[in-house]
Amino acid sequence: MKVLEKFFNKYEHLFLEGGKYEKYHPAYMALYTFMFTPAETTKKGAHIRDAVDLKRLMFVVVLALIPATIFGMWNVGYQYYHQAGTDFTNIDAFMYGFWKVLPMIIVSYVVGLGIEFYFAILRGHAVNEGYLVTGLLIPLIMPVSIPLWILALAVAFSVIIGKEVFGGTGMNIVNPALVARAFAFFAYPTFMSGNEVWIPKPEHADAYTGETILGALGQGQKIAHTWKDMFFGTIPGSIGETSVLMILIGAALLLFTKVASWRIMVSGFLGAALMAFIFNLWGANPLMQLPWWKHLLVGGLAFGIVFMATDPVTAAQTRKGKWIYGFFIGVFAILVRVFNPAYPEGVMLAILLMNVVAPTIDYYVVQANIKKRMKRLEKQTA
Amino acid sequence: MHKQVKISKGLNINLKGKPAHKIVDAPRSDKYVIKPTEFYGINPRLTVKPGDHVDAGNTLFYHKYNDRIKFTSPVSGTVEDIIRGEKRKILKIIIQADTTDTFKSFKTDKPEKLTKEQILNLLLDSGLFATIKQRPYDVIANPDDQPKAIFISLYDSAPLGVDYTFILKHKIKAFENGLKTVKKLTDGKVYLIVNGETVTDFHKISDVEIVKAFGPHPVGNVSVSIEQFEPIGKGDRIWTINPADVALIGDFFETGHYNPVRTIALAGSKVKEPMYYNIKTGADLSDFLKDKLTDDNVRIISGNVLTGSDITKDKTLNFYDNEISVIPLGNKNRFLGWMPFFAENRKSFYNFGLTSKELDLDANLFGEERAFVMNEEFEAVMPLDIYPVHLLKAALSGDVEKMEQLGILEVAPEDFALLDYISSSKIDTQEIIRKGLDIMQVEMG
Repeated sequence: MKVLEKFFNKYEHLFLEGGKYEKYHPAYMALYTFMFTPAETTKKGAHIRDAVDLKRLMFVVVLALIPATIFGMWNVGYQYYHQAGTDFTNIDAFMYGFWKVLPMIIVSYVVGLGIEFYFAILRGHAVNEGYLVTGLLIPLIMPVSIPLWILALAVAFSVIIGKEVFGGTGMNIVNPALVARAFAFFAYPTFMSGNEVWIPKPEHADAYTGETILGALGQGQKIAHTWKDMFFGTIPGSIGETSVLMILIGAALLLFTKVASWRIMVSGFLGAALMAFIFNLWGANPLMQLPWWKHLLVGGLAFGIVFMATDPVTAAQTRKGKWIYGFFIGVFAILVRVFNPAYPEGVMLAILLMNVVAPTIDYYVVQANIKKRMKRLEKQTA
Repeated sequence: MHKQVKISKGLNINLKGKPAHKIVDAPRSDKYVIKPTEFYGINPRLTVKPGDHVDAGNTLFYHKYNDRIKFTSPVSGTVEDIIRGEKRKILKIIIQADTTDTFKSFKTDKPEKLTKEQILNLLLDSGLFATIKQRPYDVIANPDDQPKAIFISLYDSAPLGVDYTFILKHKIKAFENGLKTVKKLTDGKVYLIVNGETVTDFHKISDVEIVKAFGPHPVGNVSVSIEQFEPIGKGDRIWTINPADVALIGDFFETGHYNPVRTIALAGSKVKEPMYYNIKTGADLSDFLKDKLTDDNVRIISGNVLTGSDITKDKTLNFYDNEISVIPLGNKNRFLGWMPFFAENRKSFYNFGLTSKELDLDANLFGEERAFVMNEEFEAVMPLDIYPVHLLKAALSGDVEKMEQLGILEVAPEDFALLDYISSSKIDTQEIIRKGLDIMQVEMG
């Protein structure tokens, strides 16, 4: 540690005002503050401060994503060997998936952080930690067979158009990770849906069935998976989304540390359950007939509600607003799922839609507070 | 039946170094320092120059825009120096104290025998009027205003808060006399906020509205009770006074002398023996503190750790404060200090362990400033019926109409102190609110 500290101190002058690499100061600070929480003391306001900062918050989210990531890697291998029909161990499955998924994660971080650093240097302000989470989320919501160049493009699009044009983390309107997915989904639909993208295709497979449950149901096919498959996650799908169990472990960490809002999670699942239940009563097609509780287990719903809807920047910002925001994400996710077979997963569109609506929800919540105050002021002056 | 105020939003920060219930007279300081910059919104015009001799209670300066508001010397002595800063702004008036005090005599009497106008004039001439602050804007009150009510909080719920019922126990006569005096200043009620969990002699004081407060900090802040009992309407003025100052006012009307001796808490983890001391406002504390701290790498604060001011360098007791807090400075970096679970943790991050264990917190910022991200975290420690992020953003953009609509007239910077503490983006919310209030005052006149 001392060595590292000396190393940083030795080169600091180059990045300070008047130094040779002055304009790269944000990059220097990003690396330094990653290694060391600075010695800086409070100058204004309260003299004591909580030890929580954005780095810690973001890292907690990354930790919460780890179970789903590791399981996702294993599942990629599991699905592959299962289709190939060869014998395999759990280690084989994990290692197969590991080598498939790791390049995606690397590409996502390298491209995304590269752009973040570039903008920070350009604007001369600090590198924000938001991308630590986004960088892991993006690969987890992609199909495993997506070409890396599409992934890189999607990352670039999401960081530049989804975030930086608005002024960086904290200013963006919609969830950057979902922007990446939406970009890939609409720009390269053949790589993002269908029955061949979710599992790496074995060379000599006879009966290749790599369709997701929702995709199969959308086409009126029967599904062979039990609720256990859905809950534990041994089904085809985007890398991180399949195991509800692993997602719930992550959710538990987020709630325990108060990093994510329990209001959004609860209301999100409530909204989805209610909508699915209504469709159960209607029951006009196989998607409507899927029992409401199974709707909560399949597709990206759980992953979306736990990790994407709760993004504090793009969610509603008032407590009351969060209830409404989460509830409608659940409702719209199921609605899109059932009514629009072209989009077999509705949660992405539901969250993007509610991200856009969130400021309006807040506006009305805050407006109610303002009205109450104005009424009181009038009463007193009258 | 007593009135009650109960809140659940807020946060108690349990710090090490709580003062023992023991009072010792501090030795008299050689020097006393008055800092006009402490009196927010006051433009000082001096009435003394270096070399002048003053008695305790003699005017040192007055407010340029309202010459009735005077500021007086806490001791008798010789004006040694007047320190100025940029644009000749007066920073400090330093007085070399006499060995014993001579007092300027004021013609005071029992408050019952005085009119409101007489009381006001005595308070103004003695400099004690500066202890009265007003809402909205949280600045020194205007003597021409008619306050709707007066709020006094005996309950300091802040970390290492002063136990006013202890320090005023022996001054309860003066305190009651002070209450009678300030009561004459309003046609409305005088509210006295007390800790609802305790029973003291102060709960029995008659002729005032006793408010029993229950819940975490900031329940002792007057804003919480004002919102509930006397919400501020257009043009309303509420006056607030610290209870220690009420006792000073009572003492002044009893004796006719301005003698601002305070019982202050010397608290914090860096104090060898945290306890209470009798000490005069403005006292230079350099000698006093010398052997009382465990080491030198500290932050010395006049006031509490959330709202006080840094006096590490100039070491003088500020006019409004009844406490000196001393905490570790914490000016060291921490390897991977952002690591959750392994590195230092200070709160509510995991919802438990904060209230039961005494924490030894330093003045480290613990991160770098960022844009608003965790937008909802503020709501958990804001008991007032306002939306803090929206109000802060309105204040940042200087939007007068929005600020008023969102309730800035009901708050003081101190109500945002906990937001400073918990902010993961390290945003100085108290400063933003202070600036917002300044803009409002200029715009609304």
